Amino acid sequence: MSDFLRLKERRIMNHQQLIAELAGIKDRLTGIDETSNKRLYLNCKAEDSFAVNKFIFEHVGARFLIATGIDAEDCFEVLYHFSYDQTGCVITVKARIDDRQKPSIESISTFLPAAEWIEREIHDLFGIEIINHPDMRRLILSDDWPEGVHPLRKRVPAEAAQEKEK
Amino acid sequence: MKKQVLQNKPVIAVGPFHPLQEEMEFYQLTVDGEIVTDIDVRISYNHRGIEGISETLQYDQVPFLVSRICGICSASHPLAYVQAVEELAGVKLPERALYVRTIINELERIHSHMLWVGLAGHFIGYDTVFMWAWRYREPVLDLLEEMTGNRNNYGNVKVGGCREDIPDETVPKILRDLDLIEKKTDMLTKAVLDDPVIHARLKGVGTLTNEDAVRYAVTGPTARGSGVAIDVRRDDPYAAYDDLDWNVIVREEGDVFAKAVVRLLEIMESVKMLRQAVRKLPKGPVATEVKSIPPGEAVGRAEAPRGETFHYVRSDGGNRPIRHKVRAPSYVNVPSFKASCIGQHIADVTITLAAVDPCYSCTERLAVVDGHDKIIHDWRNLLKLSREKTSRIREEL
Repeated sequence: MSDFLRLKERRIMNHQQLIAELAGIKDRLTGIDETSNKRLYLNCKAEDSFAVNKFIFEHVGARFLIATGIDAEDCFEVLYHFSYDQTGCVITVKARIDDRQKPSIESISTFLPAAEWIEREIHDLFGIEIINHPDMRRLILSDDWPEGVHPLRKRVPAEAAQEKEK
Repeated sequence: MKKQVLQNKPVIAVGPFHPLQEEMEFYQLTVDGEIVTDIDVRISYNHRGIEGISETLQYDQVPFLVSRICGICSASHPLAYVQAVEELAGVKLPERALYVRTIINELERIHSHMLWVGLAGHFIGYDTVFMWAWRYREPVLDLLEEMTGNRNNYGNVKVGGCREDIPDETVPKILRDLDLIEKKTDMLTKAVLDDPVIHARLKGVGTLTNEDAVRYAVTGPTARGSGVAIDVRRDDPYAAYDDLDWNVIVREEGDVFAKAVVRLLEIMESVKMLRQAVRKLPKGPVATEVKSIPPGEAVGRAEAPRGETFHYVRSDGGNRPIRHKVRAPSYVNVPSFKASCIGQHIADVTITLAAVDPCYSCTERLAVVDGHDKIIHDWRNLLKLSREKTSRIREEL
């Protein structure tokens, strides 16, 4: 069993120690926003998100809440929300995907089974490719939903939408 | 021939329509004899696209939408949402609004936990528990109706406070009803905890270990029953929870019995909180005006009866959210079945699936597929299996 799963032996950090701990991934982050001592936003590039999330889950020991996909017009974003329950701090890892044509991000379900469903959901609703996901079946969309139509994208391709109408 | 049987492992299909508790989920249990060897869950048969609709509504309209995510948790979802928007706008709420929110949310917890206790009793063949629990759930719903106008879907929170105040004449009634609820819950708790058959039936069943609870990131009574001491009301206090004196109930065992104990004891904690909140209820307005929502992003969370409800809101400075993400507690609790159901008897799966209180429900039909033979069962058979096991245990004791 991995050490980080032993709850009782986990180190309890206060907010300052938590911030200091983040130095371990500093070179993978493009910025840190601290809106209050209960809300922390870590910005990174999509290719670094796997390492950052693994660090937050296994090293910091935060609990995974959920991920949010966002179509931000010029790019895609995937936000991974964690909760550090010892201080009640919500840590959000904001991964930015610049490639709008073929958006992709690495799966974190390989070490965090709690993320399996939400990654399938983000794949369905935003068309973001999840690399190395253990089970990439559709979760939200039905099996007869047309390929390439992702309902939560800001611009749904006109042709595909028409096909759905028929 | 033998090889073919091995390849076609029997699959028990539970679902996809569960009309009793208005939820549609589809469980496929792979079995080896009586033992479950794998489980696959399919959801989204009734996807309502609430996150998409939310982007088309104004900030003030969204609470009414999100309260309809779940009729039972219809106080927690809007609360988590408005807390996110209030964080974004940076408003400070009047004290009384925080207390009114606390009161409504704790009453919601009591009625939801009682609903679960009743259903759990029904599933294992204890209809007396069902009758008692639902009987004493009624006064809670009456109180909610008196304060908000509705038994469910209260629609009582808005960005900046509450829509309706608690009338002064309701306060003595709340205190009176709390005495009754406390007495009856105490009786019910003792009856459940003293019953040797319930012990034999629920202990060691559907165990979710502490490690699995962390890996599957479960929340609420499901986590607290597995020794994970988390509760947003204490860890990231909102409303008036910081001013109240109460305990987080934690059990280490992780089985169905532990989850039942956590819920029963949480009812008592809620009663304790409600008494304090009602007595401390400050005077003053219940809402403040929020003029505009600046661009930015914020999160809000609330402890719903089933676990932590999480909302993320992003604003571009307009009057509608440009992204609104909702995470209901069952979304992380349900996948943990992969850890808790495997290795269980089919007769125990009903209660194991019900133990996380997933708005799971009644099973409309149950098909046992074994090679080429197909036997269709219905919900009644699954209940029968579960109840027969209880009566077997009862006779053996």
